[in-house]
Amino acid sequence: MMPARLMQGNEACAEGALAAGLSFYAGYPITPSTEITEILSRKLPARGGRFIQMEDEIASMAAVIGASLTGAKALTATSGPGFSLKQENIGFAALAEVPCVIINVQRLGPSTGVATAPAQGDVMQAKWGTHGDHPVIVLSPASVKECFMLTVRSFNLAERFRVPVIMLLDEVVGHMRERVELPAVGELNIINRRKPEVEPHRYVPYRAGDDKVPPMACFGEGYRYHVTGLIHDENGFATEKPDAVQSHLKRLQDKILLHHSEIVDSEQVNTGEAEVVLIAYGSTARSAARAVRLAGEEGLKVGLFRPISIWPFPEQQLKELARKKVKFIVAEMNFGQLALDIERLVGGLCPVHRLNQVNGELIKPGTILEKIREVY
Amino acid sequence: MLPEVEQYFRIEKLPHMWCPGCGNGIVLHSLVNAISGLGLNQDKTVIVSGIGCASRAAGYLDFDTLHTTHGRALAFATGIKFSRPELNVFVLMGDGDCTAIGGNHLIHAARRNINLTAIVFNNHIYGMTGGQYSPMTPSKKRATTAVFGSVERAFNLPELVKGAGATYVARATTYHTALLTNLIMEAHKNKGFSLVEVITACPTAYGRYNKLGSPAEMLKAQRENAVNIKDLRGSNGEVPEGKVVIGELYRAEAPEYIEEYLAAVKALQEKGGK
Ligand SMILES: Cc1ncc(C[n+]2csc(CCOP(=O)(O)OP(=O)(O)O)c2C)c(N)n1
Repeated sequence: MMPARLMQGNEACAEGALAAGLSFYAGYPITPSTEITEILSRKLPARGGRFIQMEDEIASMAAVIGASLTGAKALTATSGPGFSLKQENIGFAALAEVPCVIINVQRLGPSTGVATAPAQGDVMQAKWGTHGDHPVIVLSPASVKECFMLTVRSFNLAERFRVPVIMLLDEVVGHMRERVELPAVGELNIINRRKPEVEPHRYVPYRAGDDKVPPMACFGEGYRYHVTGLIHDENGFATEKPDAVQSHLKRLQDKILLHHSEIVDSEQVNTGEAEVVLIAYGSTARSAARAVRLAGEEGLKVGLFRPISIWPFPEQQLKELARKKVKFIVAEMNFGQLALDIERLVGGLCPVHRLNQVNGELIKPGTILEKIREVY
Repeated sequence: MLPEVEQYFRIEKLPHMWCPGCGNGIVLHSLVNAISGLGLNQDKTVIVSGIGCASRAAGYLDFDTLHTTHGRALAFATGIKFSRPELNVFVLMGDGDCTAIGGNHLIHAARRNINLTAIVFNNHIYGMTGGQYSPMTPSKKRATTAVFGSVERAFNLPELVKGAGATYVARATTYHTALLTNLIMEAHKNKGFSLVEVITACPTAYGRYNKLGSPAEMLKAQRENAVNIKDLRGSNGEVPEGKVVIGELYRAEAPEYIEEYLAAVKALQEKGGK
């Protein structure tokens, strides 16, 4: 463990990235994520890493992918409008299977919205923001320590599965300060991408074994392979053959599906005896945790289910709760983006109530408590 | 194919997808001749391209090759070069790719003077999407989205990148292949952002909509319309109406981005800063 420190969420993301072995950062300033860019501009160069402020978010995403292809652990951080701009190249990373991490500190949108206000309006964009059907991994921290731990985990997942991993913070989590004790680098489990073990002339860049994740060569190491955003065959070259197209896209799905249990993550508080279970993530989950305690003081049996991986969603864990016939309340700073999917998963087994607030303010514990009393 | 260039191609990917009479293959030939002439290590050379007919070139070349998104090749290439400065990075782009959707990345790569070699295949039109006008379509020329002739003005690409900070700028045509090879070699030797514009014929779209004749006639026009900058220097320096200046147009000394970055980091570390 490192000595305890007062730290900001965004700062913890930067520290987590460094601990994970970050060697390349490209970004463009935008509130409320700017601290990540600023901190890494100071810390990364001295460690032999590369920091560059690109001309926009499209370029930042592109540079991150380019760097990753040479073997770098690469990161970019942004918020709302910048996240929108990155989408096309996020799709490139997904299709070409280039590991990278994108941190989106959510602010109130659409458009310029309220730049300094928290929101959770990018939950669906994180999943479907780029065109075409593809799987994603999206993690949502709710504390400063978790910002650190999940950033490390994002890099591990990106390297392990050759995918872009998205961290969804919100303004509150990004800017809040907490006293944290962080693990030292040696105490962390760090995963690096698997490299080919064959001679260059035998390397088939997109041929995967049973785990569906092909080993990845770095540019400049003699493998001389082709990377494209066109749908490609195992050799990496464009194909329009229906079977090859389908099997490539299916493998992208499968590599996440197959490892679902390795990826999904959630937390439950007091759900054992609960009659009402709150579902919340990010800063909303902090208010919800407080509401659980306040409700308990009133003798109400209330628990909290907190998805930590939003995509893939911890479906199994949610369904188990649904079978217990609890009443769900999904609290989010949007008009019901995750609630929609939860209703689908619960499939009528029990009621799903929504608590939506999109006014630029954090949902207060009292507001959640009122909703609990209403549905209890 | 000549044996001395064969090693640079993915022979099994040929024949290429370009139309008969397209000049892109000629540019590729000059590019590999230049790479061969420079004696670059094939394993340490990366080709990055955008999206368009020209950008398909990456798939035919036997290097580490990256076919990116439309307009973004220079930004991807910046990530590669900055991460691994020892790699030789060539960036192949169409005129629309480079100057329209990619215009922002172009001026910023030039401004940083990052050590990349950009080659712009200027066919004066969007080839891949069937012949719409580009920022390099001359005024009054026709395209599927400018059937009465373009009312826009074209970029002067060399002046644009020179103004933005590039330290080597040259132009050739697919008629002047020996010159083109030399210019690419010189561009690559320049430590900084270099750009070579190549006038290449698109008989299928640009040629047809503007009644420029057969591919051979388009190539002949390239010869007839070209004035070498060396010949211009003897005269009053004015470019005669309708002529295109070819040759090495501009060369300058300026700090290169990655060298500056690494020097700054070194200075910081020596001062014991963190
Ligand atoms: C974001 C985006 N917008 C538009 C397109 C469609 N598109 C593909 S190639 C191209 C233009 C190509 O023209 P140019 O860059 O001049 O290259 P050429 O095909 O003439 O070689 C366009 C508009 C695209 N692929 N991506």
